[in-house]
Amino acid sequence: MSQLALVIDLNVCVGCHACVTSCKEWNTSGWAGSMVDQNPYDADPTGTFFNRVQTYEVGEFPKTETIHFPKSCLHCEEPPCVPVCPTGASYKRKDNGVVLVDYDKCIGCKYCSWACPYGAREIDEQQKVMKKCTLCIDRISDESLPPSERKPACVLACPTSARLFGDVHDPDSEVSIAIREQGGYQLMPEWGTKPANHYLPRRKTILKIHEDELHRVDNPLLEELEVPVDEGAAIDDVAF
Amino acid sequence: MHPAFSVIFLTTLIGAGQGLFLALFTGQFYSMANLIPAQDSITFYALGSFIVLVLLGLGLFASFFHLGHPERAWRAVAQWRTSWLSREVIALPAFMFLVFVYGISHYFGWNETLFVVGQNVEIDATIIIGIIASMMAFVLFICTAMIYGCVKFIEEWHHWLTVANFTLLGIASGFLLAAAFSAYEGIELVAFYGTWAVIFMLLALATRLASLYRNARLKHKSTPQTAIGVRHTTVIQKAQGFMGGSFNTREFFHGKSGSTLRVVKITFLLLVFILPVALIAIAWSINSPVLPIAAFVLHYAGLILERWYFFAEAKHPQNLYYQSMA
Repeated sequence: MSQLALVIDLNVCVGCHACVTSCKEWNTSGWAGSMVDQNPYDADPTGTFFNRVQTYEVGEFPKTETIHFPKSCLHCEEPPCVPVCPTGASYKRKDNGVVLVDYDKCIGCKYCSWACPYGAREIDEQQKVMKKCTLCIDRISDESLPPSERKPACVLACPTSARLFGDVHDPDSEVSIAIREQGGYQLMPEWGTKPANHYLPRRKTILKIHEDELHRVDNPLLEELEVPVDEGAAIDDVAF
Repeated sequence: MHPAFSVIFLTTLIGAGQGLFLALFTGQFYSMANLIPAQDSITFYALGSFIVLVLLGLGLFASFFHLGHPERAWRAVAQWRTSWLSREVIALPAFMFLVFVYGISHYFGWNETLFVVGQNVEIDATIIIGIIASMMAFVLFICTAMIYGCVKFIEEWHHWLTVANFTLLGIASGFLLAAAFSAYEGIELVAFYGTWAVIFMLLALATRLASLYRNARLKHKSTPQTAIGVRHTTVIQKAQGFMGGSFNTREFFHGKSGSTLRVVKITFLLLVFILPVALIAIAWSINSPVLPIAAFVLHYAGLILERWYFFAEAKHPQNLYYQSMA
């Protein structure tokens, strides 16, 4: 069974919100209907978004690091939102592990959002059903799109390639390699939800330069000399 | 969590209904054992069962208001294998049906003795229906409480004290309602029900104080560090990604100040436990027919506040992701 998921590289994310906008656009103009946006140009806007980018600060000012943190449904391998749904509208697909909501069965009781420790589920105040990131299931299973575009909208929109998409159960996939080699981790592991989305940690690349690398050790005079080279006559020497 | 009044009314109304039924059947059981005088089938048991059904029906009606699509509510029985909400949606109508049958069999006097236990304990159909309905009342208490108790991330709720509180508060309010009902009808069971109501109120006070104590000392497992996976001692959110509100900022927070919560806590402890116990004690000593009714009215008002506080005191881990509006 494959488990499709995203790997989000916090080392590269610049917090541009391109993934937020592209996700909102794709899911608003797709077949599932528009996502609610109330008072978008007025004083108190609110709406439903599947993906949000947050900003955290590590350390005490002025010695701080800024982390931009995109958050969407983590498509857990043991999703706590699935067993609590009374109608069975919340389900996890057996073939690719994507956790989805059936909008025709959902009664909007909000129990699944209580059961998600990550706050990944939101209610659409107009349609009155619970919605969340679908991993663009309508894109990735659309045979009419070219294979390079059969990825979630957020992955295609990210300008720094901070979002990777693939099968975390396949050890040779791009995401599995990133998790293995770059220390990919899960959020809130204490709850045992086994989220499939992983995050790659922030890591500064440091190049350590040693003193003796700045000087040539094979120079006996410890000076840099111009070594004369006899090249013979050049054209400048014979031309008039 | 944001307290939803539809769910507050649902749980307090059906809790009182279940408790009242258990009180009525306890009365029937005691009169079957000749410990208290037998009551009239129609004016006591049938009317009492009707009141139970009214309370359960009102609770069920209130519950539809917390759904986005109430017309699809029938689908909610589908996942009874995994969801406590699904189980409650089955248990509540089942209990209502059993109470209806109990009330009807008392109303039409279908209480011919079926068999005799021991020397003189006569068992009739109403006793058997009453036993099954009482078991279903406890099943319903457990289902309702486990809806909240099974969410292991909401640590304030994930404890057996949640089930104990729902059950004991429901039984206490039901017995207090039975005392008020007896006082109103002029039936001599006010002292019987009043005493049991006081016992259950004191038991419920013990469990509710225990859960308040536990919740005040709770050290949550989730921290900003585990929430974003950055292992530094100081991690603070600077921006939650949007400036307006969202479902995540409304549904999981009560929106009131800490002092409001403290006032609500003291008020409900007073109205649910202290005042009704005092009023029942005074009513017993001066034989007042009105004080038990006043005790129930105050108790129920306090129960609304207690249920509000139950929702407000729960801290969801998702709030870690929504700290700073910027």
